[in-house]
Amino acid sequence: MILDSKSPHGPLEEKWSKHIFDAKLVNPANKRKFDVIVVGTGLAGASAAASLAELGYNVKAFCFQDSPRRAHSIAAQGGINAAKNYQNDGDSVFRLFYDTIKGGDYRSRESNVYRLAEVSLNIIDQCVAQGVPFAREYGGLLANRSFGGAQVSRTFYARGQTGQQLLLGAYSALSRQVTNGKVQMFPRTEMLDLVMVDGHARGIITRNLITGKIESHSAHAVLLCTGGYGNVFYLSTNAMGCNTTAAWRAHKHGAFFANPCFTQIHPTCIPVSGDHQSKLTLMSESLRNDGRVWVPKEKGDKRSPKDIPEAERDYFLERRYPSFGNLVPRDVASRNAKYVCDEGRGVGATGLAVYLDFKDAIKRDGKDTIESKYGNLFDMYKQITGENPYETPMRIYPAVHYTMGGLWVDYNLMTTIPGLYSLGECNFSDHGANRLGASALMQGLADGYFVIPYAIGDYLATRSYDKIPTDHPSFKQSEERVRDQISKLLSINGSSTVDQIHRELGKVMWDYCGMSRTAEGLQQARGKIKEIKERFWSDVKVLGTNEELNMSLEKAGRVADFIELGALMIEDALNRKESCGGHFREEYQTEEGEALRDDENHTYVAAWEYQGDESNETLHKEQLEFENVKLTQRSYK
Amino acid sequence: MDFTLKIWRQKDAGSKGSFNTYSVKDISSDMSFLEMLDELNEDLIKDGESPVHFDHDCREGICGTCSMYINGRAHGPQKAITTCQLHMRSFKDGDTITIEPWRAKPFPVIRDLVVDRSAFDRIIQAGGYVSVSTGGVPDANEIPIPTSIANEAMDAASCIGCGACVAACKNASAMLFVSAKVSHLALLPQGKVEATSRAENMIAQMDKEGFGLCTNTGACSAECPKEISLTHIARMNREYFNAKQTSNNIPDKEEVHEG
Repeated sequence: MILDSKSPHGPLEEKWSKHIFDAKLVNPANKRKFDVIVVGTGLAGASAAASLAELGYNVKAFCFQDSPRRAHSIAAQGGINAAKNYQNDGDSVFRLFYDTIKGGDYRSRESNVYRLAEVSLNIIDQCVAQGVPFAREYGGLLANRSFGGAQVSRTFYARGQTGQQLLLGAYSALSRQVTNGKVQMFPRTEMLDLVMVDGHARGIITRNLITGKIESHSAHAVLLCTGGYGNVFYLSTNAMGCNTTAAWRAHKHGAFFANPCFTQIHPTCIPVSGDHQSKLTLMSESLRNDGRVWVPKEKGDKRSPKDIPEAERDYFLERRYPSFGNLVPRDVASRNAKYVCDEGRGVGATGLAVYLDFKDAIKRDGKDTIESKYGNLFDMYKQITGENPYETPMRIYPAVHYTMGGLWVDYNLMTTIPGLYSLGECNFSDHGANRLGASALMQGLADGYFVIPYAIGDYLATRSYDKIPTDHPSFKQSEERVRDQISKLLSINGSSTVDQIHRELGKVMWDYCGMSRTAEGLQQARGKIKEIKERFWSDVKVLGTNEELNMSLEKAGRVADFIELGALMIEDALNRKESCGGHFREEYQTEEGEALRDDENHTYVAAWEYQGDESNETLHKEQLEFENVKLTQRSYK
Repeated sequence: MDFTLKIWRQKDAGSKGSFNTYSVKDISSDMSFLEMLDELNEDLIKDGESPVHFDHDCREGICGTCSMYINGRAHGPQKAITTCQLHMRSFKDGDTITIEPWRAKPFPVIRDLVVDRSAFDRIIQAGGYVSVSTGGVPDANEIPIPTSIANEAMDAASCIGCGACVAACKNASAMLFVSAKVSHLALLPQGKVEATSRAENMIAQMDKEGFGLCTNTGACSAECPKEISLTHIARMNREYFNAKQTSNNIPDKEEVHEG
């Protein structure tokens, strides 16, 4: 099978407008004849559901949370990028495009990324019109900050709660359509299977998380907006409920999974405090604008940070990268923190942390200024660690934060299954091997507000209005499959809890497929994951019944899918014999220890096709063409 | 650290609940409150006992999912945090800790500590939005907004919809939650257009859901993890009185909505 990205021909800056014009349209009166299912109600899902409903489609939206307002987009702190150039500092659509391609280490698709940069302008307008209270200057105009190493100030923000405010905006638009009768909302409902009819996605099977009822929902198209799979590592900055189940089960029906090994490790998280740890908390990257990262020069220096004189501190990011300093991209900052800790220079009780110090910033700008910028983050840090970052440096360590890989999609955001779309973090398309700060919110909203409304019409215009009844054999078979899996999970009654097995999986993934990877380690991990899978299906202990609120049962299904995805990530990481972005293979590095890409052999998207439980997945390659940027070695010196 | 936990157990909405007592041992003071409950649940599952069900998700104080009444206070003893941000160093070794669900008629218990807060969604659906569709909006910098107004709107918009305000109120009033949204949107020029009908419709829905009246006790704001100020209730009251004075009393539902 040849993967066709369906990227339009012609000059980069004309592709999207040309594509919109060429796309088939569904007459306004006919839109109401089409039903669309949206799974997930984060930024991508809520904005898509609202926008499609506004156009007249009948939307059914699903989330596992008790309210669509709680999706994990809400936790994004730092901001959202847009090429508005309000600051007159040289930003442009092309620069945002260029930065995103370069930041992604040349492993993303030019046409998609350019479109993302283009519609970034509309997103900010839309959010302001909804009443999103972005930060403003005294003159009343919008404020911007530079974020995560960008050389221009293009990040819009609402204190440290940008994701929350954008999600509440999308949620309000969604709520309006619920009132208008165009969206039917199903909270506390989890998608457990995709239903295919004649090779097209035509519905989903869900479980009502309160009653356990298994239900069929039929539609003309299905949108998966279910976020990333960072929780495969058990410990991550994702919410506890984030999972890959919807995407993975669609994958088993033929949706290719692209670049699964591209995961982002965020450099500024609060370090692990013990074995009880259930999740990790991010400290916004914006802290690196004012905080300085350091460790002691000497190994095993256990003095309190205030007793270590300047001359005995190693500001290792400033030393190694004089021009970007503390603002190097996430993957570079994370890897360097790992190096100094591996050398035995890490700080804190575990030795797995580096300092992020605000002493100089407080001296320069005053405590009040720092407090107004980061007050809520400092409070959060103090709450979790019991230490006051105004007086003693923060301790930080990298943690899994975002997954660039995801379901393969073409320019229309359609997966390899006709009628099945994937939006936001759930797809692979825009961030290549590494995502830039403040670009996740941008992509989620771009896909939902401004891409899918056009893209879906092009497909639906070719389809008949006929609805498939839910007693169709395809629905019945899928329901049966879901019930069988649930019965099996409940019947094993072994001795390991779901969390125990999930922790083991996470440890293997972190140790062998985390910040740096080797062929040898990955091969070992392959065997370990096989063992974990066997143990899961023979020894897991899930109590209770299906017909009740049963959180262990919910988790068990999700962990079963994480184990299989973990195995695929290992294969993908083994296959990619180069280092790029978040994927660092120790065998492939420059003399200075930087990631060494192999453009000749690896300038492609690795898209994996499921071949059944017992067989290896088949690799398909989408060659990436770069017509508008020149591939260079990323350098942040 | 060792603790005795008295936890509300209730099989489902239709069953009668009661307190069960559990003891947990060797708890680290660095553990979060929910991690302590995770440990309890791991032990319960191993003993073949049903784990304690509780709502939680982001575990960083922003999604508003966690909702526990701890020792008689919404989200526990600390000010301005959610349950998930509470750490065991806030308790003394040997303490007995009582854990209950939110108690309010419009928030029926689903299981153990899990309650149904869908009433909040229905209140937002009644008018907690600006009626703009995607596309065709003015440039973001077209309308300047004074920083003082933007900041006050942001304070209101910080509400996470957890329901602590309702749980803390002796009347189970939702005034703080509703006023946060009414105030956030009424302050901004974008939301001003519909301020009148919004206040009327959201308050009508709030009453319909069975939330109690406000008697200005202020427990809601004192227990709010985001410290939403009572000022917003005052502002909502002003919006509501203005609305009622100028209203033609046509419920918004009968107006024509374009999808």
